Amino acid sequence: MAEIIKSRKAVSVNPLKSSTPLGAALAYLGMEGAVPLFHGSQGCTSFALVLSVRHYKEAIPLQTTAMDEVATILGAAANMEEALLNLQRRMAPRFIGIASTALVETRGEDYAGDLKLILARQAALADTTVVFASTPDYTGALEDGWAAAVSAIIESVVAPWSPAMTSFQQVNVLPGVGQTPADIEILRDLIESFGLYPVVLPDLSGSLDGHISEEWCPTTQGGARLEEVSQMARAVHTIAIGEHMRRPADLLGSLTGVPVTVFPTLTGLGANDRLLSLLSHLSGKAVPARYRRQRSQLLDAMLDGHFHFGGKRIAIAADPDMLFSLSRFFNAMGAEIVVAVASTANAPHLDSIPARRVIIGDLADMEDAVRAAGGADLLVTHSHGRQSAERLGIPLLRVGFPIFDRLGTAHMQTIGYRGTRDLIFRVANLFMGQMHDHAPGDFATAWPVPSSEEIVHDSASFADH
Amino acid sequence: MSDALKAKVAELFNEPGCDKNLAKGEKERKKGCSKPLTPGAAAGGCAFDGAKIALQPITDVVHLVHGPLACEGNGWDNRHAASSGPQLYRLGVTTDLSQMDIVMGTGEKRLYKAIREVISRYAPPAVFVYATCVPALIGDDIVAVCAHATSRLGTPCIPVNAPGFVGSKNLGNKLAGEALLDHVIGTMEPETSTVFDINILGEYNLSGELWQVRPLFDALGIRVHACMTGDARYREVASAHRSRVNMMVCSTALINIARKMEERWGIPYFEGSFYGIGDTSAALRSVARLLVARGAPADLIERTEALVTAEEARAWARIAPYRQRLTGKRVLLYTGGVKSWSIVSALQEVGMVVVGTSVRKSTENDKQKIKDLMGGDAHMVDSIPPREMYAQLRRGDADILLSGGRTQFVALKARVPWLDINQERHQAYAGYDGMVTLVRELDRALSNPVWADVRRPAPWEQGDTEDWLDDNVPRLVPVAREG
Ligand code: SF4
Repeated sequence: MAEIIKSRKAVSVNPLKSSTPLGAALAYLGMEGAVPLFHGSQGCTSFALVLSVRHYKEAIPLQTTAMDEVATILGAAANMEEALLNLQRRMAPRFIGIASTALVETRGEDYAGDLKLILARQAALADTTVVFASTPDYTGALEDGWAAAVSAIIESVVAPWSPAMTSFQQVNVLPGVGQTPADIEILRDLIESFGLYPVVLPDLSGSLDGHISEEWCPTTQGGARLEEVSQMARAVHTIAIGEHMRRPADLLGSLTGVPVTVFPTLTGLGANDRLLSLLSHLSGKAVPARYRRQRSQLLDAMLDGHFHFGGKRIAIAADPDMLFSLSRFFNAMGAEIVVAVASTANAPHLDSIPARRVIIGDLADMEDAVRAAGGADLLVTHSHGRQSAERLGIPLLRVGFPIFDRLGTAHMQTIGYRGTRDLIFRVANLFMGQMHDHAPGDFATAWPVPSSEEIVHDSASFADH
Repeated sequence: MSDALKAKVAELFNEPGCDKNLAKGEKERKKGCSKPLTPGAAAGGCAFDGAKIALQPITDVVHLVHGPLACEGNGWDNRHAASSGPQLYRLGVTTDLSQMDIVMGTGEKRLYKAIREVISRYAPPAVFVYATCVPALIGDDIVAVCAHATSRLGTPCIPVNAPGFVGSKNLGNKLAGEALLDHVIGTMEPETSTVFDINILGEYNLSGELWQVRPLFDALGIRVHACMTGDARYREVASAHRSRVNMMVCSTALINIARKMEERWGIPYFEGSFYGIGDTSAALRSVARLLVARGAPADLIERTEALVTAEEARAWARIAPYRQRLTGKRVLLYTGGVKSWSIVSALQEVGMVVVGTSVRKSTENDKQKIKDLMGGDAHMVDSIPPREMYAQLRRGDADILLSGGRTQFVALKARVPWLDINQERHQAYAGYDGMVTLVRELDRALSNPVWADVRRPAPWEQGDTEDWLDDNVPRLVPVAREG
């Protein structure tokens, strides 16, 4: 069991976290016709927007209630009302997802009550679904914000089960913030291949997969459709990915009565064997030939790849679920997790991470820990780790959010047999790029080196002759 | 907002050096220059953002952000202000306030501890401490904490009191300038001082632009003592009051520094630009003239003329091969508006046609300059909604969009070339050399073969799939059923 250690510093140097409201905004972006709205001062939105654009290389609709000093002191309900009306007028979104920021939370406003009143008196907002998630920056990080937003959507959009509802060959999927649009495509194909119909919430594969369309759209284009989300009670099962999705999944379960399976990770052979068994069971169909083939491709990749992973020393810094998933993956391939840093302690499974200890901290803690451990062969974290990797002189595998110095992040896959296979290749290729030609100095242990006393003795005895 | 900060903001709104302000009546001026923001339709950074942008290029100090995670956590390591040495400024450092700190009111204590930790770990010549909204709201007094830390720990701790909600990025720039004036400039003496020393204000050395113009000054024997702030060291800024001339680059962003340095130390300033060939020459001439007026040898003026003549000729010779390819190409120029006139003249130098330019943040002075350049104000727009800009570009109203990152995707999704000319760009466009780079980048963007490919519809959308096939490819023929 890993020991969990909190960093003692009063200062955070090179933060590992991205903010909680940003996590909520990303989830809202997985709704069709959506605009996320930060309830706070405009700067928070600007930073979050710039960061998301750098990650996705896409236009991101993200707005702010633009609290100024007066609103900060006197209350910001009017700002919220005005923002909603302006958004409705300018962009006509079908869905507006509000995320609170530290500023309004510190003021301790009753924004949920405010919102109710606004929606009741403004007829102009009648056709827009507005949801609210409480996501102060001072608690949690990206995963918490994402989960809070999904819960908020479930609470206000999903219709509870009623006897009038006809059940359907439907499977609900609640992906975590770590799943890319490509990952969601993998899941959708997989579920469809069993003759089941997937409803994915949130669904970034339609909105942030990087595509060109024939018109400019100020809101998201593609994403989960409100009609479908409202009918989630029709499903035979709900699949959630990552521990941070357990709460939204349980909420959905209690609302609809649909049974839930939480997969802590969907990277690796075992997790996917379990997923396919579940789908086979739900549908009553055999696993399709295509996936049997993919499984055998993964086995082959594991065999080819294990040479490169065996004995490697890995340092990982990530949000809890990402950390859990990747450390399991590396461990299962024969590598050793020498440093594990989690951005927050908000997860029940940190102690089952296959490392001696898990540090709750930032990238500076990670760097110190790598030095204290006598170095590592690979650093695994997001793009902000590039400075650390440079200083440590080791390669960096970019994972999670943000990745702003690489293209194609939306299309990187890490789940399913196929995503796991790709991940093995990516990592192994990084290691192969680092391979060095052997030199005599590498073989210091090839022959026992005589101790200095022996040498003195030997030369003395030689002189005697 | 504390009374001291209130007074600061009011004073900045009254800035006599700002031509925008001078044009206003007494009453309007009192209201200040921050337009009220429209909730749900606001874009742009906060005052903290602006302050950080203006000061972060002091490269040998620690920049410590006091607040919950988002202010620094979402914003660090996001610009390309380059350093020729120290890397300390690239660290993302924040108190990352927790709910506990806020509820228990332990923010100030945590800040003091944080300052102590970074000083003991990194031993910087100074720590810059930035206020943000939440600590400002709960009344953390960063000025007092900084004063206490400075006296207890012996390292200057500079409070930068520009919490986001007080206003825009631009106001934040100015509040950063105030922090330098109140706590840094004039607190140290330079190691050496000559009659050729100048400061440059409002140049952030983005993508190394300072280094693109520095050789010009070097060649003339002019020493850029402090750049506020680009590739700057704390000591340079602290001793900037001994320079002879201030050049103000980024329009009115740091006008307060220029004006107050003139007031306090008699340093004359002028507003100039390094964008465009003509502007670069004009800037060099102004520097030389002002230095000579303050006691530099008179031959500096002739030497400057000689350098300008030679460098202009060299730049034109390097640009000539592109001129023909770019002449007549239509540009939509969509910057924040700051300094768009200097880019307009630069584009016109290579024969391009500016079909429109935004003047959202331009001063009256800037606007007049654009009018003079483009003739009439028909092409000036305040802002273009993205949907409309997309339609314009899709229609082919312009051959290329020059803008900042925010509108990048409007151009790309309309399948029109785009060149980044705002602060996140990776290319340096300053001085004579920068103009050649800009022209080369414009040519690269416009002549890339992808444009033809991405604009071509898929064969099946045009109904000409047959054109794509070899002759006589057999096709499946439905078998006629018998009986
Ligand atoms: S607006 Fe305030 S809370 Fe938001 S980023 Fe700016 S300083 Fe931070």
